Amino acid sequence: MWSLIKVELYKIFSRPRTYIAFGAIAALIVVIQLGLKIDGDFYASFLMKDINDTLTVDGKVLNGYLICYILLQLLLVHVPLLVALIAADMISGEANLGTLRLLFTTPYSRTRWVLAKFIAASIYTILLLIWLAFLALFVSMWIFGTDDLFLMKSNYVVLIEQNDVLWRYVGAFVFASFALLTVTSLGFLLSSLSSNSIGPIVGTMSAIVFFTILSTLNIPLFTLVKPYLFTTHMNNWKEFFDIQVNANNEAITGSILNIPKIKTSLVVLTLHIILFVSASIIIIKKKDILS
Amino acid sequence: MFGVFCYYVMSVIKVQNISKHFGSLKAVDDLSFEVQAGQVFGFLGQNGSGKSTTIRMLLSLIHPTSGQIEIFGKRIEKDREAILEQVGAIIERPDLYPYLSAREHLELFAKVRKQKIGEADINATLEKVGLAHRAKDKVQTFSLGMKQRLGIGIALVHNPSLIILDEPTNGLDPQGIADIRQLIQYLAKEEGKTVLVSSHLLSEIEQVAHQILIIHQGKKMVEGVTKELLDPEKRIVQIKTTDDANALKVITAGSFSNYLLPRGEGVYLKIPTREIPLLNESLVKAEVALLGIETKNSLEDYFLQITSNA
Repeated sequence: MWSLIKVELYKIFSRPRTYIAFGAIAALIVVIQLGLKIDGDFYASFLMKDINDTLTVDGKVLNGYLICYILLQLLLVHVPLLVALIAADMISGEANLGTLRLLFTTPYSRTRWVLAKFIAASIYTILLLIWLAFLALFVSMWIFGTDDLFLMKSNYVVLIEQNDVLWRYVGAFVFASFALLTVTSLGFLLSSLSSNSIGPIVGTMSAIVFFTILSTLNIPLFTLVKPYLFTTHMNNWKEFFDIQVNANNEAITGSILNIPKIKTSLVVLTLHIILFVSASIIIIKKKDILS
Repeated sequence: MFGVFCYYVMSVIKVQNISKHFGSLKAVDDLSFEVQAGQVFGFLGQNGSGKSTTIRMLLSLIHPTSGQIEIFGKRIEKDREAILEQVGAIIERPDLYPYLSAREHLELFAKVRKQKIGEADINATLEKVGLAHRAKDKVQTFSLGMKQRLGIGIALVHNPSLIILDEPTNGLDPQGIADIRQLIQYLAKEEGKTVLVSSHLLSEIEQVAHQILIIHQGKKMVEGVTKELLDPEKRIVQIKTTDDANALKVITAGSFSNYLLPRGEGVYLKIPTREIPLLNESLVKAEVALLGIETKNSLEDYFLQITSNA
């Protein structure tokens, strides 16, 4: 199995297309970091304008931790689209190229090949996330320094001490990896249904956009299905940055406000991954390879 | 000392009544055949006759609608992995990864074989298919013929005992075609491989195959030993002259009229080999401006005859 995964990884990283996502993420992050470095004070004062009269904040609000949070808010919505470029091409791309028949005439079952391809696509996704984490978190920490993380939520503010932040990012990135792997598995499923790459790539992107809209609409009909949509849960990495308070309304270091919500989301996302990958295996096993 | 020698011919491929339907289309219809060990088996048919569908079923790329396939005495649907370990194949077009080199392709496919395939095996395969000098070049710079050679290399790199070649001469120049023909003969004669080779270039099959099977619209038309099917006693010849009318006059007036074949253009006869010199003599005597007498009794003629009567 490992030899199949190595072969798939070799193919992924031999293609120029693979590096588009890495380049796109780097370009976006650098541009945002540059903008905030130049005009960061203006941005911070804009953020604080509603609470300046009631709250005095000392220290460096616009520090590396906040920059990373801003970047994740912006990018974790778009990274799935970049993931789809590779994941949705894993099977359909080979069918289109005609190489799927070369793979399926080797002495390994189709199930093994599909799993190897999924694992390889997952490794690519995780590497993309690590790249994102490196640039968004560590480079931001290096450029902007560190301090307590001050977050403006819709009707309250959260202040997390700087020594309580880093593990939350680790948790958030682990959670984000589940969210992105769900996208990977969806792209993979659509890829198993098609013999060209464009359809599954566009299909994956469309599905994400469609279900995200359903997840955000507060219409009773959609409220029923919302808990079961993967897009409802993809952004719950933010829960790592909601902190519990004690009776005196003081933040409890090392706490998370809603752990069950995170657990539920992880279960829903994992079930989606299992469902999508299992469906891909069944489809490929039954499929006549005509390409 | 006495020894008892038991000789039997083992069927490497045994296909029993396989059919494949795509909706209402019967791509392969109740096809049965056997390929014996060490044999070069020619699988013939026009484009769309069901050759590639049959080969894909042999390689478990397509699931048969009905029927049974045994390779090395094992059922393909039950022992697929054990069977494919000993099979090397190219199927139709040489589709490869454009961003990888020839060597990378062989290394890649060597990794997914259970046999230990080293650097020396890869070099030997590159030599065998004539790509050693382009080993490091990306496939996107290759001609169709070079891709075809690399496809054959991938099929051979793990030293399989059964080689299935679907249209292996596609895109090759005459020298390339001759090289592949030699390679097939070498694999069967010197290395004892069993080779199933399909083609619509029938003259190529004629020169390498011990046994041939012709299919048409998914059905078996004829199967047999190549030499027997071709009947060397009778040959189809084309009389090439500058004046076909005069040649026809001589032929119809003499004892050769029974051999004349009704063809649209040109003068063709199906004639016993021993009578060809007599025909030549008669034409020369009658002062027909003779350019040549060309033997046309190839599988191509045989094939056309069989499929046009179907």
